Amino acid sequence: MIRLLHRWPGLIAAVLLIVLSLSGAVLSVFPAIEALGVAAITAPLNVADLAARIKSVYPDVEQIHRAPSGRITAFWFDAGTPGGAVIDPATGMGIGSADVPALQRWLTTLHRSLFLDDTGRIVMAVGAAAMLTLALTGVLLVVRRTGGWRHVLTRLKGPLTGRIHVEIARVAVLGLALSAVTALWMTAATFGIVPEPSGPPAFPTVSGQAGFDLAQMQALRDTPVSALRDLTFPYPGDLTDAFTLQTDQGEGYVDQGSGQLLAWQALSPWDQITETVYMLHTGQGAAWLGAILGLMALSVPIMAATGTLMWLGSRIRIRHNSSAGQAETILLVGSEGGSTWGFAATLHAALVAKGQRVHTAPMSAFAPDAYAHAARIIVLAATYGNGAAPASAKGFLDRLIPSRPVPMAVLGFGDRSFPAFCGYAQQIATAAQAQGWPSLLPLDTVDRQSPQDFARWGHALGAQIGVALELNHQPVIPRTQPLTLLSRRDYGETVQAPTAILRFALPHLPLWRRLTGIGVMRFAAGDLIGIIPQGSPVPRFYSLASANADGFVEVCVRKHPDGLCSGQLFDLAPGDTIRAFVRRNPDFRPSGTRRPVILIGAGTGIGPLAGFVRANRQHRPMHLWFGARHPASDMLYDTDLATWSADGRLASLTTAFSRTAARSYVQDALRRDGTRVARLVAEGAQILVCGSRDMAAGVADALSEVLAPQGLTPAKLKAEGRYGEDVY
Amino acid sequence: MKTLLAALALTTALTLPGIALARQVTLTTTLNPYGGNGAYLALYVTDAQGAYKGSLWMAGGKSRYYEHLSDWYRATGGDTAEINGITGASVGAGRELSITLDLADALFDAGYVLHIDAAVEDMRNSPSEIAVPLTTAGAGQPTAGRRYIATFAYDM
Repeated sequence: MIRLLHRWPGLIAAVLLIVLSLSGAVLSVFPAIEALGVAAITAPLNVADLAARIKSVYPDVEQIHRAPSGRITAFWFDAGTPGGAVIDPATGMGIGSADVPALQRWLTTLHRSLFLDDTGRIVMAVGAAAMLTLALTGVLLVVRRTGGWRHVLTRLKGPLTGRIHVEIARVAVLGLALSAVTALWMTAATFGIVPEPSGPPAFPTVSGQAGFDLAQMQALRDTPVSALRDLTFPYPGDLTDAFTLQTDQGEGYVDQGSGQLLAWQALSPWDQITETVYMLHTGQGAAWLGAILGLMALSVPIMAATGTLMWLGSRIRIRHNSSAGQAETILLVGSEGGSTWGFAATLHAALVAKGQRVHTAPMSAFAPDAYAHAARIIVLAATYGNGAAPASAKGFLDRLIPSRPVPMAVLGFGDRSFPAFCGYAQQIATAAQAQGWPSLLPLDTVDRQSPQDFARWGHALGAQIGVALELNHQPVIPRTQPLTLLSRRDYGETVQAPTAILRFALPHLPLWRRLTGIGVMRFAAGDLIGIIPQGSPVPRFYSLASANADGFVEVCVRKHPDGLCSGQLFDLAPGDTIRAFVRRNPDFRPSGTRRPVILIGAGTGIGPLAGFVRANRQHRPMHLWFGARHPASDMLYDTDLATWSADGRLASLTTAFSRTAARSYVQDALRRDGTRVARLVAEGAQILVCGSRDMAAGVADALSEVLAPQGLTPAKLKAEGRYGEDVY
Repeated sequence: MKTLLAALALTTALTLPGIALARQVTLTTTLNPYGGNGAYLALYVTDAQGAYKGSLWMAGGKSRYYEHLSDWYRATGGDTAEINGITGASVGAGRELSITLDLADALFDAGYVLHIDAAVEDMRNSPSEIAVPLTTAGAGQPTAGRRYIATFAYDM
């Protein structure tokens, strides 16, 4: 519901909001320009002296106006011609034109009413209301996404467009909401919905005298220039007229024969609110605020663009969707942002291609009685925030009562760096088991929309239902570049773990592209390289052990007995070429501080860790725990590690070997070094773990034990951004 | 061209004898290209001593801005009952406002003065920019304003 209230006003009003925000941003500059040009008043000055000063220069002065910025303007009537100028209060002399710049007037009218007068004002007010709705619902969505008010400002994960959208919104939301609320108030004031201004008091009886010395008029002497709004002079020669004085307190008349205040009308509280609202919206009288609001308004086009992209990305069409009653496979989707629908569409298409009848629906439409021909139910469930059900899964758990036992499989989508990873999928799996649904496949998970996780699960599903399923979920087909193998170092043959460090040359680019930076591969150690093997469209990802600054692409590959891609990589000889693309993995790399780094890896997991150490030219204390099988066989990077230890890039190296007499794993080494590890963490160390899923789980258990006395857990460190995992 | 029968409005606003004798008058106000937003104009009548007698037309719909028509506002206290039914849109820079109404004969050659107050957003107020005596001889004679109004004339 909240998402719909955010999406539709945003999409419908996008163009209007862009016009409003861009014109508003430009308009916000004018008060600042005006404030810069204001001649400063050095000594306290009252209105009587100012008026006398101006009258000595312009004897026919009719009106003196002070803008909220402090700029003073005078208007006069000289020999039948009206004139006006910005006044230097120190001399009373004119120093510039009194006219509002034409551009400012044009933009004001555009911003206020689109040149459509009252119709336009209403359209723009609707725009402001849309903006306010977007701000409020946006805040609620961010609260939900981050898992509560306390986490609203945490670092964001997920696709770039979504991150940009929320990061900018977090900065700008208060300003945009303020601009929207004040805009609505101003529209209400224009249309008389809030009480009208109290206006001047009734015109009093005047003395009928004239010619009192302007500089001696008591009512004007009592008014400092800083409080002045407007002073209008009586008509020359009209003895029934009086001075009209407007200040920030109210409005009244001053007798031209005595200089005394004759009548006064104070500003009502409503007037004062409206004036404050006007200042907050326009920045007139608060130029710095106006400039800030203007800058924030510039975020609106970016958010409109990223928001639209997010919506387009979430619009997935399911083709050949069978009815619930006829389908053999029921595919249920619980998605919050819509990305899980993309996976569902891929699975749906793959099953349909194998001749299956598939019904895909949101989890909220779950209706077990209707699934007359269903042979299996597959649930793809995302988790939102701290284990909450996603929007399209409303009421699913309540209806999870089988009318006949259909085998069910649950696949969770989530982000491993959140504590409640796939928490909702786990709830479903547990509830399904408790309700007696047979299990088609054990619960499995897809971390951060990983295509590999999804493809792996697809193989398991295919094996279970007797079809060969290749799930290639690749929303955008990345552009690959050719990489030529420079050298390879082979390890591990004697311990049945053939492993190679492969070093490729960076793609050769023409000079103009190197100079302009177009098409240049940019990556750091810890990023991923996607390689599309021959015979499969699904890319395999490997962690990079080098940065583009090193001048080469390096990966560690272990040959798996049936591995398609690892086999092809392993067969490469120097001079051979593969095609690859880079995928950023910004959550897995050392943070930019001087604090220690604990690197933990086993087998090929040392690749990115070695890359971090190689790039550690600042000699930040980096401590590596490395697990392998045998020091004589698969001690990857053996010579490099010695060099880096010697030159200070690596502070300490601890190894654990599983095929020696010690039979030790890396988690055993961590337990042994518990005191040292705990001390490093107490100093603020960041922990980066790379290796197999089992090894990472073992490491997390070991660290839980080691850190328990400090009251810390890997989950807590993750929440602080101090625990990164790259597992496969 | 705006045509209306203002006789009834005038009997309440202008307490004049011999109202049965009325003539059709066209008031034409042409604005200067002063380069601003639309002008608010108040057309009203005072007697020879300057005492307010009644309003003929108000160009501009939002009463919160009427105080800038300062002479009219001072005379009426901003009372919108004075302009009920005789209110129209503000007049753009360089545009013309033309109103035809039935004015009592007694208004003419009796010292009555027709005033126009003008006001424009972000620009100075211009009260009584036009103040012309209503005479049969003066009909068709254009009068120049001083700031927003290029010319004003009444034709019978």
